[in-house]
Amino acid sequence: MGVVKAFRALAVAAVLAAPAAQAQDSKVIGVSIPAATHGWAGGMNYHAQEAVKRLEKTYPQLKFVLATAGDPAKQVSDIEDMMATRNIDALVVLPFESAPLTGPVKRVAEAGKWVTVVDRGLAEEGIEDLYVAGDNPGFGRVAGEFFRERLPNGGKIVVLRGIPTTIDNERVEAFQKAIEGSGIEIIGMEHGNWNRDNAFTVMQDFLSKHPKIDAVWASDDDMAVGVLEAINQAGRQDEMWVLGGAGMKEMIKRVMDGDTRVPANVTYPPSMIATAIEITALRFVSNAPVSGRFVIGSELITKDNAKDFYFPDSPF
Amino acid sequence: MADATTTRQGPRKAHRPAVNLHVIGPLVALAALVIVGVLLNPNFLSYGNVTNVLARSAFIGIIAVGMTFVITSGGLDLSVGSMAAFIAGLMILVMNALVPTLGAGWPVILVGMAAALVFGFLAGLGNGLLITRARIEAFIVTLGSMGIFRSLITWLADGGTLSLNFQVRDVYRPVYYGGILGISWPIIVFLVVAVAGEIVMRHTAFGRHCAAIGSNEQVARYSAVHVERVRLATYVILGMLVGLATIMYVPRLGSASSATGVLWELEAIAAVIIGGTVLKGGFGRVWGTVVGVLILNLIQNILNLTDLVSPYLNGAIQGVIIVLAVVLQRQKKAL
Repeated sequence: MGVVKAFRALAVAAVLAAPAAQAQDSKVIGVSIPAATHGWAGGMNYHAQEAVKRLEKTYPQLKFVLATAGDPAKQVSDIEDMMATRNIDALVVLPFESAPLTGPVKRVAEAGKWVTVVDRGLAEEGIEDLYVAGDNPGFGRVAGEFFRERLPNGGKIVVLRGIPTTIDNERVEAFQKAIEGSGIEIIGMEHGNWNRDNAFTVMQDFLSKHPKIDAVWASDDDMAVGVLEAINQAGRQDEMWVLGGAGMKEMIKRVMDGDTRVPANVTYPPSMIATAIEITALRFVSNAPVSGRFVIGSELITKDNAKDFYFPDSPF
Repeated sequence: MADATTTRQGPRKAHRPAVNLHVIGPLVALAALVIVGVLLNPNFLSYGNVTNVLARSAFIGIIAVGMTFVITSGGLDLSVGSMAAFIAGLMILVMNALVPTLGAGWPVILVGMAAALVFGFLAGLGNGLLITRARIEAFIVTLGSMGIFRSLITWLADGGTLSLNFQVRDVYRPVYYGGILGISWPIIVFLVVAVAGEIVMRHTAFGRHCAAIGSNEQVARYSAVHVERVRLATYVILGMLVGLATIMYVPRLGSASSATGVLWELEAIAAVIIGGTVLKGGFGRVWGTVVGVLILNLIQNILNLTDLVSPYLNGAIQGVIIVLAVVLQRQKKAL
């Protein structure tokens, strides 16, 4: 009985059909995310705004407060302001950094508000009601498995890492584990900080240093752009291919078009923020149980399925 | 700074720079880095690597030459990194907008280049006027415009990346990757800017006025130096050099985003100081700035070419070498 009811509520929400029942008291959902400082965050901002727009139209009783922060301190202030002046009923937060945000988010939870944490977990367990995240070890593992498959006889590869963080460590460790014993040798590994320019210079130097490179794990599409340009400059296009990640639209397009230098991609969707906001909204407009953990898998994108991941309107 | 009084007369007797110890501090550091590089990796002095390092030094280098004048006259500009990103974004928008009317060829690119210089001029003029007419501290003005430019580029790009039209890009590409006699354009432009900067600093009234203002503004004013006008000019020149650097930068990756030019201002200021210019103003050395830029870029290059230290420590190594380069120089000065 309960299941049927929940299912029905979910179905209603999913088709966005019914303008929800009148005279319910309105609920305020605060959304606090990092500012669009790089491509992925830009996409995440876009999807957050889209989700808020769509939900406000569908459910007039829901109000949203969206704040973007350029650093952890600003994000803490944003959350405090939401509590003090906007009287939020729920908080959807993508923490800039885990440790500094743990205390402030915990206070929100202690005040009896619903808390949804996205992507980066808090430093203390059990604070949030709902955790929505991408699968970082999965991101590295899927990439590693692709390398195994493409280089069955082993080979020499270079790796560009992101900004030194837990996210980056989890990805790289899983990648290394996935290629263990395959004969694939990582001959160079440096931080490109998820930045095109940094990746460009790091790759230039890798190309000077290593006379033979079979493939590059750029581990991010912004870095892949810089890497590909450095390879062009050196005129070594035919020697190696590049695997990026996160599903930037230009890269998905190249995979879709069958570019041999960009044979695949691995997802880490910035739209996970939309998932989190939608599920949080469900908590207030339906009876569907939504607490728990929701991990969005990292998938391999190849020529065959690329069109399912191509969003030409997104900035990322 | 104690040395300000002695160096103020520098330009006058500097027609034939005498080789003395305190001048060659940065050169010693540069030479040491080159030797370390050669010992660590045989490819270090290969044509490809040298070209790469020089070409990527060009952006910061061109900006740092302008920064040398600003700092010499006692100013500071924190906005150059954001300004570069903002100008790159505007330049891309202008070129993309003109493709339907002018076609994807050199006319569009020339308009784009002119636009970059004009935007650079305006940005520098804005900073300069606020500093000289409204009399606000340079640090505050440029801290403010740093935030403004950075936000504007993020907003223009909708949080994502602005990309240059692909056909235009193919035509424009050689400006970064091409060159004459095997020397790529960014290196040539950097060289021209550096030589011109050196001449202006040492052999023109403008260069002497910059040093005089930085050394003692009151005295300069009594000596009939147009303090405000000279100050304003340093910011305008810097703005236009940022525009010039952007002209070289855009063809490299054909895109601009909020991640473009992050921390360029600090790299440029560091290069200026490593090169022997006094942070408080009063003495500037353009060729020293060039050496400073090369030192900064060589450190990164050498760290990438070797596996000696954990990549986590790259920043620390860089910091140590920067401080050492300055220590070396200041000690020599004390002699």
